[in-house]
Amino acid sequence: MLITFLSKAVEQAIPLLFGSTGEIITEKSGNLNLGIPGIMYMGGCAGIMGAYIYENSVAVPSPFWCILIPLLSSVIGAGFLALIYSFLTITLRANQNVTGLAITTFGIGFSDFFGGSLVGIMGGDGQLSVVTSASYFKKSLPFADNLGRVGELFFSYGFLAYLAIIIAIVAAWFLKRTRSGLQLRAVGENPATADAAGINVTKYKYIATCIGGIIAGLGGLYFIMDYTGGSWTSGGFGDRGWLAIALVIFATWKPNIGILGSFIFGGLYIAYYYTGNLGRSAGELFKMLPYLVTIIVLVITSMRNKKENQPPESLGLPYFREER
Amino acid sequence: MSEKRIALGLRNITKVFGDKYANKNVSLDVYHGEILSVLGENGSGKTSLMNVVAGIYTPDYGQIFIDGKEVSINSPKDAFSFNVGMIHQHFKLVDVFSATENIVLGIDDGGFDLKKAREKIVQIAEKYGFIIDPDKKIYDMSVSEKQTVEIIRVLYRGADILILDEPTAVLTPQETKVLFNVLRRMRDDGKSIIIITHKLHEVLSLSDRVAVLRKGEYAGTVITSQTNEKELTELMVGGKADLNIHRDEPKNAATRLTVSGINCKNREGVTVLKDVSFEAKAGEILGIAGIAGSGQRELLEAIAGLQKLEDGEVVYIDPKTHEKENLRNKTPLEIREMGVRLSFVPEDRLGMGLVGNMGIVDNMMLRSYRKGHSMFVSRKEPKNLADEIIDRLHIVTPDAETPVRRLSGGNVQKVLVGREIAAAPTVLMAAYPVRGLDIGASHTIYDLLNEQKKKGVAVIFVGEDLDVLIELCDRIMVLSGGAVSGIVNGRQTTKEEIGLLMTKSKEESANEQ
Repeated sequence: MLITFLSKAVEQAIPLLFGSTGEIITEKSGNLNLGIPGIMYMGGCAGIMGAYIYENSVAVPSPFWCILIPLLSSVIGAGFLALIYSFLTITLRANQNVTGLAITTFGIGFSDFFGGSLVGIMGGDGQLSVVTSASYFKKSLPFADNLGRVGELFFSYGFLAYLAIIIAIVAAWFLKRTRSGLQLRAVGENPATADAAGINVTKYKYIATCIGGIIAGLGGLYFIMDYTGGSWTSGGFGDRGWLAIALVIFATWKPNIGILGSFIFGGLYIAYYYTGNLGRSAGELFKMLPYLVTIIVLVITSMRNKKENQPPESLGLPYFREER
Repeated sequence: MSEKRIALGLRNITKVFGDKYANKNVSLDVYHGEILSVLGENGSGKTSLMNVVAGIYTPDYGQIFIDGKEVSINSPKDAFSFNVGMIHQHFKLVDVFSATENIVLGIDDGGFDLKKAREKIVQIAEKYGFIIDPDKKIYDMSVSEKQTVEIIRVLYRGADILILDEPTAVLTPQETKVLFNVLRRMRDDGKSIIIITHKLHEVLSLSDRVAVLRKGEYAGTVITSQTNEKELTELMVGGKADLNIHRDEPKNAATRLTVSGINCKNREGVTVLKDVSFEAKAGEILGIAGIAGSGQRELLEAIAGLQKLEDGEVVYIDPKTHEKENLRNKTPLEIREMGVRLSFVPEDRLGMGLVGNMGIVDNMMLRSYRKGHSMFVSRKEPKNLADEIIDRLHIVTPDAETPVRRLSGGNVQKVLVGREIAAAPTVLMAAYPVRGLDIGASHTIYDLLNEQKKKGVAVIFVGEDLDVLIELCDRIMVLSGGAVSGIVNGRQTTKEEIGLLMTKSKEESANEQ
């Protein structure tokens, strides 16, 4: 029972982890991308669309393309939205909050439309579903079944789950230990300083925002291809995108803490299944827990007032060199 | 220094913002191994000229030569590649980074080795006599430590031409001395140092030559040893100028305000005022000196009713009835309703003082809108007042309805001071009223304060320029770390005495009291 709960919690955690790692990288460049929920939706939807078109165009889908095509589609879909966000906020210096919310609205709308109607457009009927591709995404390590409980807890997930953790660790290392990481943080803290030091602020912001968006998009892809088993449900992704943004605050902008945080959030998100015979309304109350925890973390960090735990100083502000 | 080589040459540099010339046909040379002062009033284009050299601005016209070769500098990175480094007035440092991290920022020399960088920083520090802790975070540093980081950063990149924008504005006299010694050592090492300033005595004591700018144009270069303050001033303002600040003996100086033992904490719970006691007398100017952030702002706000006091009292003595009234923890409105005529010119002009998007008339109404009896306000009286202030203080504005944020700093300050004086105060408090103002506008403000003093107003003046404080004020109270470290007579004190009081630690002053 405990093992099941924990491994279910991990399944819940992975999309959040992708989302929050992506958002942390984005925010470290000073861009507050509230379009992340839409970008994650888009990443999932573009992935399943790519897989569906591929599965329908060949007689026997090969495992290689079954993984690569959804992956590439997801990267392109999410990256495209992140690029639009970057262009509007960095080049045109539009308000980041408004732009982000518009991207979210667009991403969800686009995904729900094509997720619901792609099958019809392609001349088929029934639900959008890519079981073959999904089975490759779900494939766990072959020896997992022989290891009993250890296997279930540590080795029973598809490859994207491990990728999420690897990306988070690499991101933490990148931000802390590399020159580019240091310079990226400088851009988010104080772009004028970074600029005067000879760092290309625009380039760093664009790259961080786009890569951040792509990583977040993989969260959507994991959700569709692995968690739900390759079938589209409108609105199935729910509020996970916002939860990912809350997780950024919980993790105090550190991807390695984000790993731990995502497991806690994932556990809290499904805790109501395991709390006995609760009604539906009580279950909804339980779903609130991650947000409650975020608020508590916010209160604690702002009370301790440690500079390292605060958001990047110029988060949300556009930068223009010759402003007087 | 028999044979001098030109390190940096500027020819006909022109920079235009909108339709205003920031620099117009400026040409000047800097030699290797010399300290050149660029002198000029505010708005004379000193900083924008140097920003052109540092690659922050691109010039609209003109040429830059480095070691005789023409170069084009389009970004700070270009400037660094020509060994030009600028230390800005507002430090460009990342608060949550350590000194080392800030210094290596933006340098790409292959590997990323903070330990090696740290060693090199220590070497540079030893060579020129800096004191620095490479691992200290910027937010834990004092202003002069931050400045040290800035200078080392530029040296770390191998700069031969260093530009310092108003480096002493935030330093105590002692820290300034240390800085000047370091700069002289760098000059002797063959580096070219350009220092932007408007403080004449610094120019005279430090530099080898002085280049003067006036209203964006080059007014000439003189050799420091062959000039004096008077000549420089005339070059700077383009005519004869009276630089002496007038000071009358106070008449019938009766105590107007008694502050006793006030303690005050800021929002983070840190004590910002510690057992502050003093008296302000009618008909005199009480100066308040101290390193920025020593509690000056909180003290004035505490008197004006904007800060909650932990304990202590602020007692106002009415000039006519001699009644005593305690102002402690009263709101500004309550204070006004008690009949206490207190005027406050806050340091944040467009934040606390005026509403930037409103015109002069509307800003006048902010102080008088309660006078009416109906729900409608009359615009007639404030309009008259606005016109009167514009006329009397020579405020340059298209009309009385132009949003004040569009006016220049000096004119904004005149609007604010004019409004506060028009309320016929008995106590006038001004925090850094001449910050960012040029010499002419500053003297207008000094004259206004003197006029109020003559009228028997108790004037409290928070200033940063010690020379001005010593010339203008009758008594000077020095704050250090939120506590009073001494009150001295303005006629007898010296800058060194005040400087020592400014840096006196809390323990020392506590022992003496």
